Amino acid sequence: MSRYFTDEHEWVDVEGDTATVGITDYAQEQLGDIVFVETPDVGSVLGQGDDAAVVESVKAASDVYAAVSGEVVEVNEMLEDEPGLVNSSAEEDGWFFRVTLSDKSELDDLMDEKAYKAFVDDL
Amino acid sequence: MRYLPLTPDDRQSMLAKVGAQSIDDLFVDVPEEARLTGPIDGLPMHAGEMAVEAHMKALAKKNHAAGDMPFFLGAGAYRHHVPASVDHIIQRGEFLTAYTPYQPEIAQGTLQTLFEFQTQVARLFGVDVANASMYDGSTACWEAIVMARRITKRGNAILSSGLHPHYVSVAKTMARFTKDAIAYTAPQLDAATDGQSLLDQIDDETSCVVVQYPDILGRIDDMSALAKKAQDHKALLIAVVTEPVALGAIQSPGEMGADIVVGEGQALGVGLQFGGPYVGLFGCKKKYVRQMPGRLCGETVDAEGKRGFVLTLSTREQHIRREKATSNICTNSGLCALAFTAHMTLLGEKGLRELALLNHKKAVQAADRLAQIDGAKLINKSFFNEFTLILDKDARQVVRQLAEQRILAGVSLGRLYPEEDSLAHGLVVAVTETANDDEIEALATALEGALS
Amino acid sequence: MSMLAEGRPTKQDADLNMPEQNAVTTHSGNRALMVDEPLIFETGSSDRSGVDFPEAPDVESRLGGLERAAPIGLPGLSEGETVRHYTRLSRQNYAIDVGLFPLGSCTMKHNPRLNEKMARLKGFADIHPLQPVETVQGALGVINELAVWLIKLTGMHGVAMSPKAGAHGELCGILCIRAALEARGDAREVILVPESAHGTNPATAAFAGYKVEDIPANSDGRVDLEALKARLGPDVAGVMITNPNTCGLFEPDMKAISDAVHEAGGFVYCDGANFNAIVGKVRPGDLGVDAMHINLHKTFSTPHGGGGPGSGPVVLSEALSPYGPLPFTERFADGHLTLVEEETVAERHPDGFGRMTAFHGQMGMFTRALTYILSHGADGLKQVAEDAVLNANYILRSLEDVLDAPFAHSGPCMHEALFSDKGFSNDLSTLDLAKGMIDEGYHPMTMYFPLVVHGAMLVEPTETESKAAIDDFVGAFRSVAERAKAGDELLKSAPHFAPRRRLDETQAARKPILVWTEPEEFAQAAE
Repeated sequence: MSRYFTDEHEWVDVEGDTATVGITDYAQEQLGDIVFVETPDVGSVLGQGDDAAVVESVKAASDVYAAVSGEVVEVNEMLEDEPGLVNSSAEEDGWFFRVTLSDKSELDDLMDEKAYKAFVDDL
Repeated sequence: MRYLPLTPDDRQSMLAKVGAQSIDDLFVDVPEEARLTGPIDGLPMHAGEMAVEAHMKALAKKNHAAGDMPFFLGAGAYRHHVPASVDHIIQRGEFLTAYTPYQPEIAQGTLQTLFEFQTQVARLFGVDVANASMYDGSTACWEAIVMARRITKRGNAILSSGLHPHYVSVAKTMARFTKDAIAYTAPQLDAATDGQSLLDQIDDETSCVVVQYPDILGRIDDMSALAKKAQDHKALLIAVVTEPVALGAIQSPGEMGADIVVGEGQALGVGLQFGGPYVGLFGCKKKYVRQMPGRLCGETVDAEGKRGFVLTLSTREQHIRREKATSNICTNSGLCALAFTAHMTLLGEKGLRELALLNHKKAVQAADRLAQIDGAKLINKSFFNEFTLILDKDARQVVRQLAEQRILAGVSLGRLYPEEDSLAHGLVVAVTETANDDEIEALATALEGALS
Repeated sequence: MSMLAEGRPTKQDADLNMPEQNAVTTHSGNRALMVDEPLIFETGSSDRSGVDFPEAPDVESRLGGLERAAPIGLPGLSEGETVRHYTRLSRQNYAIDVGLFPLGSCTMKHNPRLNEKMARLKGFADIHPLQPVETVQGALGVINELAVWLIKLTGMHGVAMSPKAGAHGELCGILCIRAALEARGDAREVILVPESAHGTNPATAAFAGYKVEDIPANSDGRVDLEALKARLGPDVAGVMITNPNTCGLFEPDMKAISDAVHEAGGFVYCDGANFNAIVGKVRPGDLGVDAMHINLHKTFSTPHGGGGPGSGPVVLSEALSPYGPLPFTERFADGHLTLVEEETVAERHPDGFGRMTAFHGQMGMFTRALTYILSHGADGLKQVAEDAVLNANYILRSLEDVLDAPFAHSGPCMHEALFSDKGFSNDLSTLDLAKGMIDEGYHPMTMYFPLVVHGAMLVEPTETESKAAIDDFVGAFRSVAERAKAGDELLKSAPHFAPRRRLDETQAARKPILVWTEPEEFAQAAE
């Protein structure tokens, strides 16, 4: 399994053709307490860069873009009752949705962990 | 100037502090050619309380106040007795001159009343949740249609012919810009509503069906079948209540399965006020709460664990969500919501039921009296406090003629539907607890005169 | 993701230092005048009422078989209990009547009581919107007279009176623009909005079906004219500009902006929320504005009422006036007034875009606003703007040595002064300063708005505050600002003396409780 990052503060885990997407620990820290996550419908087809999910803190609602394109095969239903998972475990239990990758070459443009860390340190 | 506390000396010393020679130095960013040098021409100068009061009173006197003569208008705005304490409560400066409760630690008064208001509205409508109010019934109705589009992701709204024509106009105005499709036809002067036709129109493209209860002609119809069919097609049933007092006597739309219930709250606490400000009521099933427009007040605790209230789910709102907000609504109708909730608290369940019963029975008496008149026919089999007569003359003329005799007879359908010749003889008459027997008899006698 | 990290902190700090306020406790938990009030659902009962009715006539019901069977669940209180309930609750509110209310961009000025008295005259309060026009000539007279004032004060051509509030007025203005463009067969899709705009602006444009594009601000906090010009083109329907802007500054290029937009075939919407700064001093019509809403509850002193009702008439240029909404008043040469509505629209207002609300707008606010305007007159209104601007500049210059004022270098402000949280230490934030102001007996300033300034604090005193009141306020503000810079830990747990300590907004949003429900033990006991 390999993990990629975007400059929009999302992480993407790839296993075979399936990618799991969430937001980074840095992002949850910036947003503050997460109170609601709106996940995409299972079966919907996302293009890279499309609005895929909405994450709400008390002060702001932010769009989560599709880091990679593909069909949504699963969403994290735990988030409905426990949006705080995004704060406590952003990069593990607080994942948002899974897609079947339609174009693996899109991964080439994403960052690895080291590059993302450097990116964040620069902000 | 009695409202401006700065003295000439104050102004001088303050100008010195800010380093300006004259007040105009503070307006330097205004291009010189756009700066006005003196008071705008052709407008009067300041005036004392006595002069202003005399001017306003002269204007007020030119109007025929409802309380001064027999009065039977409804059609979306109802005259009820408002207990004296309601106006006292809303004139408390701490309510009247407060802002939207953005600092909850020093706004618990407003917030708790909103929480009580939301609970009262939800219970009256028979739904799970209600918001902290909208501008009025007509705008609440449109917001409900948009909300249904957000939920169903479809743009075809079906409006009942019994929906208030102004509410229809508002929806049509907005739909022209949002590209929603609105299906609507004007009502027919018949005892039966268009319930069956609405049932036939619902399909898999329908976002919502909008039904007024009681409707513009005063008719009451069971909407359970509509709720069922809408649900089968994954469309929403929106019920519109323009006379909330009715719900003290008849089943709530929520009990019949409505998904969203909106209404005009003016009848309780607010008064007629020539059409505004009024208070829009908005409630829905719990599962749709995050799609609801407008402000919401929610319960929470403070840092010491004490119960308190805050505005919540505000990320749906324009000041945070900007172009992705559920609605552009900002100000709601806070003080009118307070008047509504205070009146409702005074009534309680017992008072509301008594008030509703009194309205209904007076209306039944009046309807039977007026139906005896030669040239007037009652169309309603069922109604609450408002019913429709077919006159054998153009009702607009009759209304004007009676107004000259200082009787405000009702709302002519010709005023509401000028383009529908078939409705020109319709007169909608509302009878509330404020009409006494003599006034009802005066109306009957005058109508007899006008129709003979 | 689009991350809006600006704004107030929302983390609940688990280990706050929460000092005991008072070692003395009471049996009730109350503290003298600070009394907790239960909900009506906890004290009222369904068989108690504060209203008496006569017996209903003995006739058969005709409710179509839909008689209500189930209880509604509405508690009632006697009149005395009701008055006490709301009076106690009212005492937990801050309000203009209680003290200076420096909420930037909200114009919390004194609400004259003559306004209230006039709105309650039965000739205004007790008339129905659908009465024959012959019976409401005085009411139409109020609407017409106020309309004339608004047109003259703004130098515009017409006015739509029916919008219910500022945001509703914005929508009215944008719909007029859209209707005018449609009338000439021009399908433009984009509305330009400066970064510093009120959040309602982009929300309104989107609601009306437009794509919204930001235009940047320059380092002086004003619209970047060159960037705006560069973006104009045949796809731009118009711009929405707030002037004076949300940084409290006048847009000196306003006329140039309007000319450029007109040149490119678009229209200029001006958000009039801040009109109080320029009323009687500048007419937006002279700056090329096509549409502007006026918040009667800001500039013209109608009460805010804890969040409405507002009122948002929209003044319109000659180009947009034919498209305004129904209904409106028309005065004939003989002084007789009529309403242009559905019946006469085809002949009198054929291009109008229709109705935005059921009736004629916020009549109760019109009577109040007209009363206010007549009290001030043309000379008094000019003085209003001058004193409002003077008070704000006095605050700006009285605080700029302790607080960062990002645009103070660029000259005077208009009616509000903007500060930032630069220089606060120990992780203290604008929110902490605001809560500290509550303990000092003030409603805080607007915070975290505009978004273009970090930890923004926007202070608007209005013209109805005396120099002494402002000096006291400045003293308190300086003290709290110095504590914030010194890192005073106690600010983090402020307010200490309000009816409530900081409230947990996270819990409220994660598990929304929006209506009261009977606690289970109650429900069981009742069975």
